[in-house]
Amino acid sequence: MNLLVRLRSLLLVAVALLAGPALALTQQQARALVAGDAESRIAALNAVLAGADEKTIALIQAISDDAVKFTESAVFVIKDGKGFDPVTGVELAVPDAAEDVINNNQMRGELDAALASIKLFSPDVAVRTEAVKTLQGEPDEAKLPLIEKALAAETVPAIKRSLGHIRSAMLLGSTDKARRLEAATALGASGTPATKTLLLERQKVETEADVNAAITVALRAIEGRLAWGERLGVVFTGISLGSILLLVALGLAITYGLMGVINMAHGELMMIGAYATYVIQNLFKAWLPGAFDAYVLLAIPVSFLAAALVGAALERSVIRWLYGRPLETLLATWGISLMLQQAVRSIFGAQNVPVENPSWLSGGVDVMSNLTLPFNRIAIVGFAILVLVGVWALISRTRLGLFVRGVTQNRRMAACMGVNTARIDTYAFALGSGIAGLAGCALSQVGNVGPDLGQGYIVDAFMVVVLGGVGQLAGTVYAALGLGVLNKLLEGLSGAVLAKIMVLVFIVIFIQKRPQGIFALKGRSAEA
Amino acid sequence: MNTQLGVRGWTGVLVATVLIAAIVPVFNLAIPATSALHLSDFHVSLLGKILCYAICALAMDLIWGYTGILSLGHGLFFALGGYGMGMYLMRQIGSDGQYRMPMPDFMVFLNWKEFPWHWALSDSFVAQMLLVVLVPGLLAFVFGFFAFRSRIKGVYFSIITQALTFAAMLLFFRNETGFGGNNGFTDFKRILGIPITQHMRVFLCVLSGLVLIAFFLMARAIVHSKYGRVLQAIRDAETRVMFTGYDPVAYKLSIWTLSAVMCAVAGALYVPQVGIINPGEMSPAASIEMAIWAAVGGRATLIGPIVGAFFVNGAKSWFTVAFPEFWLYFLGALFIAVTLFLPNGIIGLVRKKA
Repeated sequence: MNLLVRLRSLLLVAVALLAGPALALTQQQARALVAGDAESRIAALNAVLAGADEKTIALIQAISDDAVKFTESAVFVIKDGKGFDPVTGVELAVPDAAEDVINNNQMRGELDAALASIKLFSPDVAVRTEAVKTLQGEPDEAKLPLIEKALAAETVPAIKRSLGHIRSAMLLGSTDKARRLEAATALGASGTPATKTLLLERQKVETEADVNAAITVALRAIEGRLAWGERLGVVFTGISLGSILLLVALGLAITYGLMGVINMAHGELMMIGAYATYVIQNLFKAWLPGAFDAYVLLAIPVSFLAAALVGAALERSVIRWLYGRPLETLLATWGISLMLQQAVRSIFGAQNVPVENPSWLSGGVDVMSNLTLPFNRIAIVGFAILVLVGVWALISRTRLGLFVRGVTQNRRMAACMGVNTARIDTYAFALGSGIAGLAGCALSQVGNVGPDLGQGYIVDAFMVVVLGGVGQLAGTVYAALGLGVLNKLLEGLSGAVLAKIMVLVFIVIFIQKRPQGIFALKGRSAEA
Repeated sequence: MNTQLGVRGWTGVLVATVLIAAIVPVFNLAIPATSALHLSDFHVSLLGKILCYAICALAMDLIWGYTGILSLGHGLFFALGGYGMGMYLMRQIGSDGQYRMPMPDFMVFLNWKEFPWHWALSDSFVAQMLLVVLVPGLLAFVFGFFAFRSRIKGVYFSIITQALTFAAMLLFFRNETGFGGNNGFTDFKRILGIPITQHMRVFLCVLSGLVLIAFFLMARAIVHSKYGRVLQAIRDAETRVMFTGYDPVAYKLSIWTLSAVMCAVAGALYVPQVGIINPGEMSPAASIEMAIWAAVGGRATLIGPIVGAFFVNGAKSWFTVAFPEFWLYFLGALFIAVTLFLPNGIIGLVRKKA
């Protein structure tokens, strides 16, 4: 968040806080906040927090930003190299002897929590939700009055519920047995991993039997809920990975599956799509900042066209001469991929470039406390389905698709029927490349965009096509989703790298059994 | 086709042997560095490296050029050979590592108290050198047995060999595998108790050259034998070979395993010369580069791959110094140009002129 936005949000918070009995910041309080050991500073912080005014908040923020110095007698907030008095706001000369305020880890945690609890009073729901999330981590009884105040003022049910859990979590450490019992029972309704840890910790030190029993019941309820969240999470990430694989492999299903071209530059065509998205994003930033959120809508066709044009050029210049010699196309397209990578490095630099999500693609839906479905992942699943339907319709329902199928099935017969086979080849290859571009555009929303983008996916993409069976769209879909879910399931059991290795070994074994993939075209040829 | 090497051929082999075995040591060690005739240490190590690559290119040629099977996984066998040698070299460091412990540094770092099972033989030179040959050989045999038996060929075979080396790379990147993870093995100090000095490097370079020549003569004997003829027949019309009563699986499997072992030997010679082995050698890119060495020089000729390995790697060492940003353009263009315009490589070009 940039400074201006942060200041503005803090200002709004302060206005909201001022409605309560605000106590003006004094010089003693300011000093107590910055000087001394961590314990006394934390005590001072909690003391000023309940009635924090605008200036106190600004000071806490400044301490957290490491922008405060102090001497024996005075405290200075440093802004643009000049010192200001935190109480009066008057500019002061900072003496050379002034010390920096040093925040250790504990202090930093307290400062963050303090700022978060202040934000509980923000009029902006999003800011409040964020603040609640921060506070869930470390319940601290010292902030109980503040939480109760916020709880009373809160109107949004979801936030109110979370605040209630935070309050219970704080009460769990209370010295009063009845309050502990109440807290443990209440926490059973929550379902966050943080609550679980909290309850487990309490269980270790709890001496009262009935409180312990309540904690056990609560824990069981929470664990059940968490397990469901985890299972659903695995399935969703699996589908999400599968849809990415599908996007990546769909283009290959055309260039390799239908045309028999081993296009090792497929990954680089994706990279072109991703960089096209990056360029469009920058153009929007520079010329149409107001419409920034819409840049993705333009980036989709542009990335398709950019990759399709490059693909068409490749087909005309190189691949055309290599039809029917798959191993040669493999080597030549590998050469192309090296050149494209280096070209991108020369133009955009070897570092990854930043591609921002438009606001409607950032964030996610909280389905469960430990399961958030990010919007960009959901969008990619939808996008993959759209592209799939589009490709299917194009291949099976249009004249171009008919020609493509005709040429791939029997080139000479198609030529005799008056199909311009050379042109169809170019179109088909450009189509496959354009879909790679679309995949690149989608990937730019979830991952890094860099010259190596394509390399990471090329092996996977070929696996999907080979597993699914050459010349089969349906096979590609099943293989992509199957591999995605399988990969994520194994990841849960054995970690990401081993899962990947296991999947590769699985494919190698599978190909031994069914060399033609899941859906083999039936035939009697010995030259399969 | 003449099956004998002939006077010219044997003269060539003799000249190459003398060049490697006499000229290199003399010009590097005996002639002072100030002399114009001095062969610098850098060039010796470059030559040693390229000689190892040439062995790989020759292995690649046997399987691709003569049998028509494009492997994109030969980097794996090369790296396995290298790792086998590397394990022995790590044990030779003894307690001279950074931590002054009897275990290799990376194991001390991981707080391992004893060697994992696959390091059991690493202290013995003879046993470890056997493993250098046997492990990649066995892996190639098992993988090849299943692949060829299921009649996986052409592009499918290429792609699953690529997947194999990719999977192995991921495995070797992990620390738990016991191969030093990302960093692999390095900081070698001695072989058979003899410190690795310039003399040792020159010896290894000469050894690589002699091994290359021996492999060349072996490959020549193979391709001119009846066995070699069958291999070429498999390349040109496998189904017909099958229908004539030959079993292609046995032929393919044996040449595939032999080719893998050649790569492993090259890897074992390579590691002490360059002083490092890491999983990067198993990346799919490294294996594809081996194919281009063979293709540039000329497939289905035995001298071609060697010429190709020298040409491509010589160009690489020149480019990466003179124009580092243009190396990939050059390499990429080489891939395209060779497949489009030079199906028989440099040797084909020379023969056409002659």
